[in-house]
Amino acid sequence: MDQPKMMELDSEGTADSRFAAVPFDLTKRRHLRETVIQAFLFLCGAVSILTTVGIVYVLGKESLLFFRSEEVNLVAFLTGRVWQPAIGKFGILPLVNSTFMTSAFAMLVALPLGLAVAIYLSEYASDRARSLLKPVLEVLAGIPTVVYGYFALTFMTPLLRVIFGRDVVGIYNTASAGLVMGILILPLVGSMSEDALSAVPRSLREASYALGATKLETAVKVVLPAALSGVAAAVIVAISRAVGETMIVALAAGAGPAFTFNPFKGAETMTGHIVRISGGDISYDSVDYNSIFAIGLTLFVITLVLNIISRYVVQRFREVYE
Amino acid sequence: MSLTGWSKALSEAKGLKTGDLPEGEELKRFVERRHATGRVWHAVFLASTMVGIIALSALLLNIMDGAFGLVAVRNRVEPGALAIDGVPLQQLSAEQLVTVLQTHLSAAVVRRLDSEQPLAGRSQAELYALVLDRVVSPEVLKAWTLGQSLFGRAEVEQIMAQDFPDARLAFRSWLNPDLLRNTQSSVPERAGVRTAVLGSLWIILITVAVAFPTGVGAAIYLEEYARDNWINRVIQTNISNLGGVPSIIYGLLGLVVFVRGLEPLTSGTLLGLSDPTTANGRTILSAGLTLALLILPLIITNAQEAIRAVPRSLRYAGYSLGATKWQTIAAHVLPNSLAGILTGTILAMSRAIGETAPLVVVGATTFIAVDPTGPFSKFTALPMQIYQWTARPQDEFRRIAAAAILVLLVLLLTLNALAILLRNRYSRRGY
Repeated sequence: MDQPKMMELDSEGTADSRFAAVPFDLTKRRHLRETVIQAFLFLCGAVSILTTVGIVYVLGKESLLFFRSEEVNLVAFLTGRVWQPAIGKFGILPLVNSTFMTSAFAMLVALPLGLAVAIYLSEYASDRARSLLKPVLEVLAGIPTVVYGYFALTFMTPLLRVIFGRDVVGIYNTASAGLVMGILILPLVGSMSEDALSAVPRSLREASYALGATKLETAVKVVLPAALSGVAAAVIVAISRAVGETMIVALAAGAGPAFTFNPFKGAETMTGHIVRISGGDISYDSVDYNSIFAIGLTLFVITLVLNIISRYVVQRFREVYE
Repeated sequence: MSLTGWSKALSEAKGLKTGDLPEGEELKRFVERRHATGRVWHAVFLASTMVGIIALSALLLNIMDGAFGLVAVRNRVEPGALAIDGVPLQQLSAEQLVTVLQTHLSAAVVRRLDSEQPLAGRSQAELYALVLDRVVSPEVLKAWTLGQSLFGRAEVEQIMAQDFPDARLAFRSWLNPDLLRNTQSSVPERAGVRTAVLGSLWIILITVAVAFPTGVGAAIYLEEYARDNWINRVIQTNISNLGGVPSIIYGLLGLVVFVRGLEPLTSGTLLGLSDPTTANGRTILSAGLTLALLILPLIITNAQEAIRAVPRSLRYAGYSLGATKWQTIAAHVLPNSLAGILTGTILAMSRAIGETAPLVVVGATTFIAVDPTGPFSKFTALPMQIYQWTARPQDEFRRIAAAAILVLLVLLLTLNALAILLRNRYSRRGY
């Protein structure tokens, strides 16, 4: 837009007073167009607030309907060991239990491997090796989770069945889903931890070398403790990601809630249950329909708490170097 | 650890008194042991890194293993039996092929084919393909994986001889042009991903059309306009929290808000555009909006980083020439951060394309064999289709799922290559 037209838009007085005002009052001129644009951009930012409000409202409202219905009470929901909507049993423990089982398996894979990858990439690898390895991790992180689900069902489960015996390992089991989820989360732990390790200043490493420490001693006893807050945050974010992961468990962990600590048996997780129930034909305003929102709310609270803890850890325990 | 710490730890290990340091041969052995430990762990770290590569290779090989392989095929009618006067099927004229169709198919089927496209108007090649598909109609009785086909050929042939004596063994690539042409079907060898790919593309179109302007707008606001007050801090914190919300929660949000709450809008009835096949809000529009909310935090964060990377001096130069804030942003900040913003958006798009859980919640898994015609059609998407096929117990559907995964991966690879190209093309501009 050309200049004169804009001045017309902005002015409130007559042409004469406008020209008289210019030299004295340049900064206080209100630009209508600018204000409109700023308001629009603010609205864009506010969409994110609306999303959060929407999530909380939707989960809260439908969960409230769920807890109001006659078959349900809060205590039984939180402590019940049977989830069978057909007979009116809504105990979330089997779903939570299998969620934590798969997450634990995932962390068993992702934590040591991810940390080792991070240490290798930040402390040992040459630039050339790093430029080869990082894309591999990025590709692993970019593969859709449903593909990992396919992988778990057609590769990991048969593998486990060969190793441990077909009668021990079920077609659907939490171990297979968890292990594959570990591979999915490995790049997340790896790259977040590597960022934290790389941020540790070089001087610390050189001081350590000067004292005669080996590369390993420097990495594990100097660099890692200095980057601990970042690494801890990575681990917590990874747990939250594992808890919320859906497609792998929907395909490989089994359809049907079961309260079991046997990793070779099928047990449906929270996310897996939501997907299965909502993927079928359910009528709105039934207890079944409302129940998936109560599970969603539980899931949302767990992941939110984990994410807040992770941010707190970073802020509270970060070592700041000059 | 301090030097005294080292020597103390060492002395304890050696049973020496505090303060004593090893000397001579003992020192040499001690240092060597430490270096040996270092070498062992170096190998461990390297091996762990290799696990990532091995996992990726296993994943890709496993998909290849599923997508290709031997199949036992039985024709309903042998092509040899269809020869007329000794002329093989392939060389029959168009008229003769029409006769073959009319004699072997029911009148109703022929009428339907004729109404789709007049049989008389079709070329010989088209008619031949039609005869192969409808009359010869090969049926896959059993499908083996690539690994079984290559390394267990003897076993495969034994099973063939035992269970399917009248079938023939053929190598089948489940990833073939028909997969892209065909719609969903309950017969695995005829099932294709056309509706799913079209659905995915429609959804992505809506997702980007909504999320890109909103996300970039929000990023500009946060980077250029927002003062450090509570509401802006809430917005910023909120965005990073939203990034950590599991995708399935967005599905629940979309189900209640878009599918049910805004049903008049998302089903198209408000605009009088509703698809006759869909009377509810489980439409492409709902799915696209849900995914838009899902990738919004990602786009905002990436765009913020790109905008932040534009040097302050460019803005000052703009202001000093008398440009307003928006003029400076539109003429200097945005063009200079565009490459970063687009790269971030494409990465967010590839996240959206592979996203499955929210779509299943929003769209439910129904059988859809008609192409989507617009935002108000009911839909299926590529990852949803993969999920459904993988979840079925039959081997044949797993093969189709593997082939569909390859299609999905190619789609993602194309997008990522585009992102890298964009980054390289625009990042040459130096400051």
